[in-house]
Parts: sequence; structure tokens; C-alpha cells
Amino acid sequence: MTKKENIMSVLVYTESENGKFKKTAFEVASYAKAVADQLGTSVTAVAVNANDSSELGAYGVDKVLNVSNTDLNDFNAKAYAAVVKQAVEKEDAKVVIISQSADSKYLAPILAVGLNAGYASNVVEAPSSTAPFTVKRTAFTNKAFNLTTIDTDVKIVGVSNNAFGLVENNGSAAAEGFSPTLPASGVKVESVDKATDKVTIADAEIVVSAGRGMKGPENWGMIEELADVLGAATACSKPVSDLGWRPHGEHVGQTGKPVASNLYIAIGISGAIQHLAGINASKVKVVVNTDPEAPFFKAADYGVVGDAFEVIPQLIEKLKAFKAANA
Amino acid sequence: MKILVCISHVPDTTSKINFTDGDSKFDTNGVQFVINPNDEFGLTRAMWFKEKQGASVDVVNVGSAETEPTLRKALAIGADTAIRVNTPATDGFQVAKELAKVVKDGGYDLVIAGRESIDYNGGMVPGMLAELTEANYVTNCISLEIDGTNATAAREIDGGKETVSTSLPLVIAGQKGLVEESDLRIPNMRGIMMARKKPLTVVESSASGAETSTVKFEKPAPKGAVTLVDASNLDELVNLLHNEAKVI
Repeated sequence: MTKKENIMSVLVYTESENGKFKKTAFEVASYAKAVADQLGTSVTAVAVNANDSSELGAYGVDKVLNVSNTDLNDFNAKAYAAVVKQAVEKEDAKVVIISQSADSKYLAPILAVGLNAGYASNVVEAPSSTAPFTVKRTAFTNKAFNLTTIDTDVKIVGVSNNAFGLVENNGSAAAEGFSPTLPASGVKVESVDKATDKVTIADAEIVVSAGRGMKGPENWGMIEELADVLGAATACSKPVSDLGWRPHGEHVGQTGKPVASNLYIAIGISGAIQHLAGINASKVKVVVNTDPEAPFFKAADYGVVGDAFEVIPQLIEKLKAFKAANA
Repeated sequence: MKILVCISHVPDTTSKINFTDGDSKFDTNGVQFVINPNDEFGLTRAMWFKEKQGASVDVVNVGSAETEPTLRKALAIGADTAIRVNTPATDGFQVAKELAKVVKDGGYDLVIAGRESIDYNGGMVPGMLAELTEANYVTNCISLEIDGTNATAAREIDGGKETVSTSLPLVIAGQKGLVEESDLRIPNMRGIMMARKKPLTVVESSASGAETSTVKFEKPAPKGAVTLVDASNLDELVNLLHNEAKVI
């Protein structure tokens, strides 16, 4: 590494929603700090319409470029990619860190082309080496890891949700206004349909997921109650969404949403390989199934062989008692 | 409307994932390859545009000769012609650059790809392709309607969906929802016979470079056995999740 490279900060795009940073923003900031420590440099964040960018200091960010522009109220991949690109150029950053939220995954390839930067997605650990710049990413839908070098001058790292975790830091972040030029975009948001009172599968620490073992959509009350007690998001297996028992947005698995929660509870889901591929990144897996031969037991950490209709109401009561005792 | 559907040639989900050459290459031994599931939703939507709106549908893959059976399967489903760019796929940017040349040479109005392949899960080729060809781009696309040169699409977002208006030329990265699973087509005998006669053009690589390289692959550490908890002793499960797993 030349001396000049030493002074270039690591740039991190910290996402917010309605002015508040997402948890993934703090996670990518923590990751950026780890990379900056390896390179002996500082961390600069770029934030769009965030209320209080000083929060990022607690996760190792030294400086925040604050963009405030009502034209960025709706997410637009091209416009947001332009914001991050101009921040990278302003800072002369060589390493760019982003999350793997739906929006960040949307802007990343546009940014990569704009910066002539190599992009590694689904990265799960801090770089094992910075020269060559080597990261570990998941491949084959969580059935393997792929050690990849990024060979370009500017590098983009997409950090998988909940893979690196939050690392608190006793720093403070200096705020600086930043007004990038926005390009014209040929994609216009007409409407957004989003439940604001529910935890999303992407952000949830705990996901409660149920399958055909629930016998019908009318029996989902106990699943929702269990999720409620745990502050969890609800999800479902593919057959359940195909049957129309639950909305498509709840389908998790290979062709559905990926899950990387701390705790994944599977109720009445047999554990088809396509399902397991999508949820394998979850740290702790619990299965409840009447069939002790269900493949899910081989993939789970904890298992209960039993009827969901008896187990779940009891589990709800036990968890309520636990929450009351530990409140 | 000229549609190009990008087809990834991927191992079937149930395949054993192993590596060879000092863990630097995927072991294709005994592996069955299929059309990437996310691409199959897009191909089926393309067939709808062909049948209802008179669109032409070509399919393309960047890869060596062994991907041709997968392209023939796409022809059997109903695509008109296939193009194979004769070079192994090494990274997302290299594939996107090869595809950009095909898109420019062919003058395509709409390019449909999958949101990610189920092997490398990069999720970057469609977006890079859109940027390289200066087309509009919608990812995680769960519905698409075209009216003249105007398009309406829905995108799955974290916790909901977003509806956007846009126009051709357009690149979309599709997924389940673009069509339903039950609408996917299995090639019939007539389709398979016709596919043999449809043109499959091999074009040479336009010599673009990769930006990332695989050093090696690793498999996850084997998982320990499940801890079974009796259904009549759920206090124990709560206790384990709190004290051992520390997740509640």
C-alpha cells in the first residue's frame, strides 16, 4: 500500500427511513470502521435526509456528508447511486461499503458501473486481506462461501444483513452539508404500499414462519400472536403463499425473501431444500413439527416434535411469563 | 417490441455442492443444470408479451458450449431464437459487458433477467447491464405491464411493494410474482421438436475484463445435531433460547 492510499477514508452509505437510521446503517458503519482500521484510515458516511447523523459516531464514523433534498424523499436507484458516487469522488474513497437491503442492492450495480468499481455482494466478514482486497461472500444460496478478490482501484462491498453485527465505538461524527447534483431518472415512484406498523423480514431479529402444517389461513392467529410476543416478523413457506393463505411478501426461501435473523422459528414446515436455502443464514433455528422425520430437524438447532396447535399456545404463555419476569 | 431474456445456467437446487481444483471450481460432476428459477419467471412473462402483444423473444446466455441444452429448453418453452456468447462467465461485470454488446447489436427494447442467479447470487448483472446500455431499470420486479413505450412495474421492497412508471428501453430483474409458479411452462414434445430447428447463434466474446476473481470456495462447517425438547416441557425451550442461544 502506498502512503497516499493511507489517507483516503472508507465511504459508507448509511440508509435511513423517515429520517431515522435503519439498523443496517449502524451495521455497515461498524463494518466500515473495521475496514478503516485495517487500512489505517477514517470513515466517512453519506446520509440522505437523516435527522440526527451524530448517532453514527457511536459506530465509528468520523465524518458524515449530510444530503438534504426533498427530491430524494422517494427512493430512486439512479439518483441515490449518483449521490453515493459523488460522495466517493469528493472523498477520493477507494473502498465503499453498502448494506444488502432491497434499496442498496438496487443502487449498487449502477454505482459500480459509474465508478468502474468491482462489487462483491453478500459479504459476511471483514476483509481477510486488504492487498489483495479479499472478502468472504455467500454463494450457492448459503450452501457455500466464496472467497473473492476485488481487483479494481475502487471497491464496493455489500455487507449481508445481520452478518457482521453492531460494534459500538466511542467516537463522534462531524457533520458536513453535501449537495450532489441529481441526474434525470426515467423511473418514477407512483405509489408505495407498505405496512408501517409491522417488523419487516429484512429488519427482524426474530422471524416466526409457518407452513402447511397450519392447515388453513384461519389458524394464523396463534402465529401472529407468537410473533407479537417476540417482537418478530411473520413469514411463510412457499406452498402457503402459492395457496394464497398468506401474502407473497411473506414467502421466504430460495425464490422468496432471504432471511438472516438471529432466531428463526419454523412451525409446520417440513424443510424442503429450497426453503432451507433461503433461511440458512439465520443464526439459531427452532422447528416445531409433528413429523420427527421432517428434514427441518436436520437443519435446526432446537426441535419440538409435537402438534403446533398444542405447542404454540403453550409456548406463547411460557414466553409471556418469561417476558413479564425479565421486563 | 423486441425482448431479450437473459438465461443463467445453474445447478438444480437439489444438487450436491462440491468443489474441485483445490476448491477453486464448482464440481459439475453429476450435477443437473436448469434455467435459473428467477429467469424462468421472466421468460414466462416474455411469452405472454409474445402471445398477447406480438413481441419477439430471444434468449441469451454467456457461457461455454455446455450451457446450450439450457438455451434449447428456453426455446422449447417458446423463445424464438437463442444467442450464446462463447466465453465462460467469470464475474458479474464481465457478463454484463458481454450482454450489453448483444443488447446494442440486437436493438432490444426490453431486457428481462432474474433478480439473482441461484449459484453466485451476485444480483448485479441486470443493473450493470441497464447502466451500460443507458436503459431504465427496475429490480425485484413482481409485475410488469407494457403499453406502447410506457411501462408500469411493481418492485418488492423491504416490508411491502412499490409501483413505478417508466419507459422503454428497460431492463428488469424479475422474480416470483412476475408470473405465478402455476403459470410456469414445462416444454411439451412439440416445443422440444421445434426447439431443435430454431436458430441458436454463437457469438464470440467482445473481450471484456472481470473486476473480481474467485480465490476459492468453502463449505460451511457441519452443523451439530438438533437439541430436542419435549413438547410438555416448553419452559426448557424458553430457557435454552435465553441462556444457551441468547436470542431472547
